[in-house]
Amino acid sequence: MALLEINDLHATVGEREILKGIDLTVEAGEVHAIMGPNGSGKSTLAQVLAGRELYHVTGGKVTYDGQDLLALSPEDRAREGIFLAFQYPVEIPGVSNMYFLKAALNTIRKHRNLPELDAMDFLNLIRDKMTAMNMDQTLLNRPVNAGFSGGEKKRNEIFQMAVLGPRLAILDETDSGLDIDALKLVAAGVNAMRSADRAMIVVTHYQRLLSEIVPDYVHVLADGRIVKSGGKELALELEAGGYAALGIEEEAEAVGKA
Amino acid sequence: MTAVAEQIGNWLEQFTKQEPAEPWLQRLRESAFARFAELGFPTTHDEEWRFTNVAPIARTQFVGQAVGQAPGLPGQIAVADLPETDRAHLGRYAPQNAFVALNTAFLRDIAFARVARGKVMEQPVEINHVVSRQAGGLPHVHPRTLIVVESGAQCTIVESYKGDGPYFTNGVTEIVVGDGAVVDHYKVQRESAEAFHIATMQVALGRSANFTTHNISLGGALVRNDIGVTLSEGAEATVKGLYLVNGTQHVDNHTVIDHAKPHGTSHELYKGILDGHSSAVFNGRIIVRKDAQKTDSKQTNKNLVLSDDAVIDTKPELQIFADDVRCTHGATIGQLDAESLFYLQSRGIGKAQARSLLTQAFAQDIIDRIKIPELKGQLAKVLSEKFHERSND
Repeated sequence: MALLEINDLHATVGEREILKGIDLTVEAGEVHAIMGPNGSGKSTLAQVLAGRELYHVTGGKVTYDGQDLLALSPEDRAREGIFLAFQYPVEIPGVSNMYFLKAALNTIRKHRNLPELDAMDFLNLIRDKMTAMNMDQTLLNRPVNAGFSGGEKKRNEIFQMAVLGPRLAILDETDSGLDIDALKLVAAGVNAMRSADRAMIVVTHYQRLLSEIVPDYVHVLADGRIVKSGGKELALELEAGGYAALGIEEEAEAVGKA
Repeated sequence: MTAVAEQIGNWLEQFTKQEPAEPWLQRLRESAFARFAELGFPTTHDEEWRFTNVAPIARTQFVGQAVGQAPGLPGQIAVADLPETDRAHLGRYAPQNAFVALNTAFLRDIAFARVARGKVMEQPVEINHVVSRQAGGLPHVHPRTLIVVESGAQCTIVESYKGDGPYFTNGVTEIVVGDGAVVDHYKVQRESAEAFHIATMQVALGRSANFTTHNISLGGALVRNDIGVTLSEGAEATVKGLYLVNGTQHVDNHTVIDHAKPHGTSHELYKGILDGHSSAVFNGRIIVRKDAQKTDSKQTNKNLVLSDDAVIDTKPELQIFADDVRCTHGATIGQLDAESLFYLQSRGIGKAQARSLLTQAFAQDIIDRIKIPELKGQLAKVLSEKFHERSND
């Protein structure tokens, strides 16, 4: 049984249909890249899988580990092992990073019938993971993402992922806003988590992240549908010929951003 | 008899029941009662009371003045025993409105402290008001506080108010801060859910004095806080407030920061969290007198509204007569941020807990600045309990 199976998924925001029939099967141990120009629906797909209420699912089915994923609340999805690394991590002044992450981890542990960790055990657990992400200990006592640089925010996402240990990690444009050194660091953090019982969906506009996190499969999303699927070489084709080579028009803003 | 005359009549009966005091105090009481009788209770036609209707207080017949304080408080004395030199301070600062006049008319005991020149007090001056139920009717209490901090002295003052059942607290606090003195003041209002709480605090700051106040409003059915601070040259005032209201609670905060002299600095931050059918008012007046050049003043009021039925009225009032000043103000009214909620939920934190966390986070910067660890801990606990309950719905 596949870990994640998406059938003919449709979703709207307001009146606008963004996902127009997505089919995707992800097995445990696999890394799937979802590429596509801006506005193609990549981030929407990521957020719909995590349960963002802003988007309305108007059709289709998503089965995760044998369960109807769409029937679960965002928190239950997280407890069942889904993790979304946000494209724009949210700043939450007034809630310390440490308190937040400990509360999250203990909720998830409780759900898995594991004992909750006290402050000391928690610190022991996260110390190495912080070092691996080159994160300063002082970030723990600061409010969640508040005043973090763009790079710090992205590293904080991957650090959270390492602590929470998901079964399905969805990385939404994790490379955006990172210089090449930061990108390598983040990619190393992600690669360290690849394992036979964990799957990843890597959403990105550019190929450069995929040279660091090498996917098993690449899917190209355009106008709310997957228009082409292939192996990792598909990403290189796109790099060489651009989306235009596949007959996909890029929005002007996407070109400007590149 | 008209309704107003009837109201005054009830209070006159209470007034005349008091034990007569020595002449100077009796005269003070009598002139205050005359003032109260002349003014009567304010109505919503008064601009200052537009959003706060005190009719429930005016039409209630209170009897028996309760002992408004826990017995044996240090610093609690009979007004009659107030040193003669300090009598002059009584009522000299507080505005002469109806409630202040009513308080003075019932003057009996006073929480009094004088901090001698240059003295640094290690322990806070704690003033705890507790009202308990009493047989024979609803109590009214008129707590009075006078703190005189001489030049160069430093102290911390903590006023707390709580009680049980329905009653009426009508407090007046006057604080005189001498040149270069430093005062850190806290007021924690945790009155019963049925209580009326009206309080006026007036603070006079000397040259280069530094005054900070935290006004925390948690309890009470109908609450009005009037805070006035007058700044002399180079004085600095930090005025902070936090109000948490639920059910049908109503809390009104009126502040007047009066920059009378040059080079004064004032920072004002009030934050409110409203739920249920509650309502709150923030009215912040900043006066910069003609003399008060180089004034630096900032006012902020932020409100988190958790229900569709809660109402907030917020109004800045800037009266600036000097031309070389910096004055800013801003007010916000908002709800919990959907994106922040989703972020917390996406990490496994339940919606109710996420709401509670974000609600507490909203008040956190006020709590963080409280310098008394016990008070800080106590407030964090109250906050988490108050919002934990509501997060279960």
